[in-house]
Amino acid sequence: MTVRVQAADFDLTQAVAELHGGDARVGAIVTFVGTVRDLDDAASVVSMTLEHYPGMTEKSLAAIEAEARARWELRDVLIVHRVGELRPLDRIVLVAVTSAHRGEAFAACEFIMDFLKTRAPFWKKEETPAGSRWVDARTTDDDAAERWKTR
Amino acid sequence: MRTPAAVFVDLVYLARLREVLGIASERVAIPAAVVTVGDLRALLAARGGTWAIELAPERAVRIAVNHTLVEPGAPLRSGDEVALFPPVTGG
Repeated sequence: MTVRVQAADFDLTQAVAELHGGDARVGAIVTFVGTVRDLDDAASVVSMTLEHYPGMTEKSLAAIEAEARARWELRDVLIVHRVGELRPLDRIVLVAVTSAHRGEAFAACEFIMDFLKTRAPFWKKEETPAGSRWVDARTTDDDAAERWKTR
Repeated sequence: MRTPAAVFVDLVYLARLREVLGIASERVAIPAAVVTVGDLRALLAARGGTWAIELAPERAVRIAVNHTLVEPGAPLRSGDEVALFPPVTGG
């Protein structure tokens, strides 16, 4: 597994190549990339700053990955999350999962994202024309993580 | 059993909570009556003003002890790093 928290952008092709890493048991690679929208709750976003809690971030992402591996047969997992100032169109997060078959990879990728959104200590502060504001947590994100209890 | 005289925790405030409280971290001595994370939150809220508002029971505040999210009933130990922060919004 690899977890990276970084200010720099990432390259999807390179990340997938790194994750695949010559593992011929892999039959499926699923990736999710989250990006910055220019509109949030009807306010236009000029830029956003992503803050995290060093130490806990890595620990919580590793725990989420361990939970995914306990649920599904996975070959490998890569999580990259950016911090610092980002602008609309910028990539924020990458979750990439390899497995022998697509079912496991699709499910695990979604599971990791749902728990990252609700458990990993990252916060977004948006700059809008009306000033800056901390983004509120969404209850729909809690619901998304909650449904895995019965899946 | 812990020795009351030696009990302290290192507090860390993050994101919006750090901004409104105007403090990033502090070391706090814990009275013997403060046993759990919930007790600690009440102790801090008792400082009044912004503390009372932001840490009121109905406000969504997440608490992590030594980098793990915990419930209000979790016990405190001397030397713990206790972080208080709003619900997370990454991804």
